[in-house]
Amino acid sequence: MKINIKRDSVVCYEVEAKNQTLLEALNEIKLTQDGSLAYNSGCRSSVCGSCAVRVNGREVLACSYHVQDGDFVEPLNNTPVIRDLVVDMDKAYGFNAKAKAYQSSVSNTVLLSHEDEKLNEVQSDCILCASCYSACPVYAVNSEFLGPFSLTRVWRYVSDKREPNKKEKIDTVQTNGVWDCTLCNACTLVCPQGISSKADIEKLRARSVMFGYMDPSFFNFGGGLSF
Amino acid sequence: MKSVIIIGAGGAGLVAALSAKESGAKVTVITKEYPTRSQTCMAQGGINAVLSEDGGDSIELHVQNTLKSAAGLADESAVRYMCQEAPRAVAWLDSIGVCFSRTNESKIAQRKLGGAYAPRACYAQDYTGLKILHTLYDRCLAEGIEILNERYLLEFLTCKDAQEKTSVCGVSVLNKRSGEVQTYEAQSVIVATGGYSRIYHNYSTNSSSSTGDGIATALRAGAKASDLEFVQFHPTALKNSSILISESARGAGGYILNSKGERFVNELLPRDEVSKAIDAEISKGEDIFLDIRHLGSEFIEKELPQEAKLAKLYENIDPACELIPIKPAAHYTMGGIDVDENSSTCIAGLYAVGECANHRVHGANRLGGNSLLELVVFGRQAGKNAAEHAKSSDKSLDLQERKIVLQEQITEIKEYTNEINFYEKQKFLGDLFYKNVGIKMDKTALQNVLNEVQEMKNILPKMGLDDKTKIYNTNLIEFLEFKNMLDLAELIIISAINRQESRGAHFRVDFPTADDEKFKSHSIIDKNGAICYEDKYQKR
Repeated sequence: MKINIKRDSVVCYEVEAKNQTLLEALNEIKLTQDGSLAYNSGCRSSVCGSCAVRVNGREVLACSYHVQDGDFVEPLNNTPVIRDLVVDMDKAYGFNAKAKAYQSSVSNTVLLSHEDEKLNEVQSDCILCASCYSACPVYAVNSEFLGPFSLTRVWRYVSDKREPNKKEKIDTVQTNGVWDCTLCNACTLVCPQGISSKADIEKLRARSVMFGYMDPSFFNFGGGLSF
Repeated sequence: MKSVIIIGAGGAGLVAALSAKESGAKVTVITKEYPTRSQTCMAQGGINAVLSEDGGDSIELHVQNTLKSAAGLADESAVRYMCQEAPRAVAWLDSIGVCFSRTNESKIAQRKLGGAYAPRACYAQDYTGLKILHTLYDRCLAEGIEILNERYLLEFLTCKDAQEKTSVCGVSVLNKRSGEVQTYEAQSVIVATGGYSRIYHNYSTNSSSSTGDGIATALRAGAKASDLEFVQFHPTALKNSSILISESARGAGGYILNSKGERFVNELLPRDEVSKAIDAEISKGEDIFLDIRHLGSEFIEKELPQEAKLAKLYENIDPACELIPIKPAAHYTMGGIDVDENSSTCIAGLYAVGECANHRVHGANRLGGNSLLELVVFGRQAGKNAAEHAKSSDKSLDLQERKIVLQEQITEIKEYTNEINFYEKQKFLGDLFYKNVGIKMDKTALQNVLNEVQEMKNILPKMGLDDKTKIYNTNLIEFLEFKNMLDLAELIIISAINRQESRGAHFRVDFPTADDEKFKSHSIIDKNGAICYEDKYQKR
């Protein structure tokens, strides 16, 4: 079968692939046809987040996507391409620090129940593959938007009983954060771990309101109507 | 400020980074990928710690189970230290936010893994390593630790003092993005680069990054390695892809069956014994399966979601109603850079921790749940000691000179003729290792593989690169990894040939029993393959 890979130009490769993952097909190309093809991979079992690419316009992990005849493979969107399918993830990773997506201090005394565990069980499965940044239409136009995985990570800590300073977490995500999201749900649809950043952002909004914040677009709307 | 550089951003590297920072050092972590992409994220089963002695378990039993599995080759004092520190290690992980599974009594949930007396492995569903690793990364962000991504380790830079004692003074790396050699000065360096199971290529459960870079590089710098011949085969890798199905599946009551549907081994024995039993069945022509159907779909969904997903994705079967085809695959390398009780190598200022190091706690066969434990306990120790050492060290050298030499070496590799495809040789090496340096070995087969490996080393200049460019040349990086693996492959075989006995994961068909008289001791090897045995009771 044929697969097309976007490099400097689009290159068509013939692979023997029968029920292969895209990663296996890429490895076959590298082994037998073209050692210069650049892509990243790691665990082969969809937990390391190294091999996210786009196939036919949709974000997938190469190690868990079964390749089809005629597939068109591209690097992730909204991220500088270093070479072929390799993108520079430094900026996306950097949002975790900006959003303070960590527990603000060490907590030695808090006991968690089985129910507490369930509050952020799925969110803590995130593998930082950045599929969500690639799919996010807000990040595409606002490169300072904290973005889906960072905001999910903030919710993961805000929802955790061990976080002693929830207000500080909420304060940090007001600008270029929870209110900038359009709730379009594109991030949810491409997440290989079944995480919905959109839903997490909604929860962060609700929590923001509890801490006295309001959707700034209300003000803008009001401002627009005033004479 | 005096600096500590850590090579590797997996669990061991990040724990060491946090600890060194806490001890007052300036810390930089350098990784060939990004943090959170390392092998640690693949650890599923759990982290061992005796959190309560109420159910009959005890730290002493943890020590004894570990020593028994190690088949006489672990150092009791190191094991004891690790097991005693285990509850504190888990409490620390809990305090920084790791999302462990909990019981109805609001305690950290624990499950039983092979070779353990009681449920002792603290887990987070079957994403234990992933959740620990990501929380460590978040903690590093909270502490403002500098992490440099996509830089591939080339050499540890050393200098000699007036007494001819070798000290580390920095590292050199290849910046994958720019293709330039870069050097970094440091008073202490911690190696945390992971194991070397990828030598087994298609027969390894590991990430494609587990290529033993740090071990090969430390050997070149003059450090020693020990117990390299001990490679653990995990009994339950998926048959086609070698992807791991966690021990938690057996811990929860899964069966191992042959083609006739018969159980033929106690599934909860340590990994070496289960793998050997499976290998013997495969030799009789049987296909082997893991059966978790009787656990029920609800249990599988709740406790083993990742296993279910992987079985579906890679074997296209639903484990709630079908058998999972399996085979043993190379999973963990017990041997590594030889370190003392302070995590220090024989080079001053060079420390090692995690799978790349040999802290002598796993001996001839590691217990499930002890590797995550090891990296936390000894990661903390290594970080602290490296920071202390850095404070007292004043070594520095002209890094520019070293840089030019390394740049020239890269240029030379790019001039190799590329008549032979090294990727094919790499695959061939993996096949040879699985067949002959795997679950069972004998002298003739080992000698044949040694000859093959040495021949491959000789013809390296006929291999080389398809791609001579500078920017993100993965072809070059993979060639450098292959060179490291060839260096280690040779030393592994020499160690395996010399150990004329069977012990734990090392099974010699021609010497089927343990020989305590001669071999109840660690094998220590240098880069030239000179090997010696050290009485385990001797003071290091």
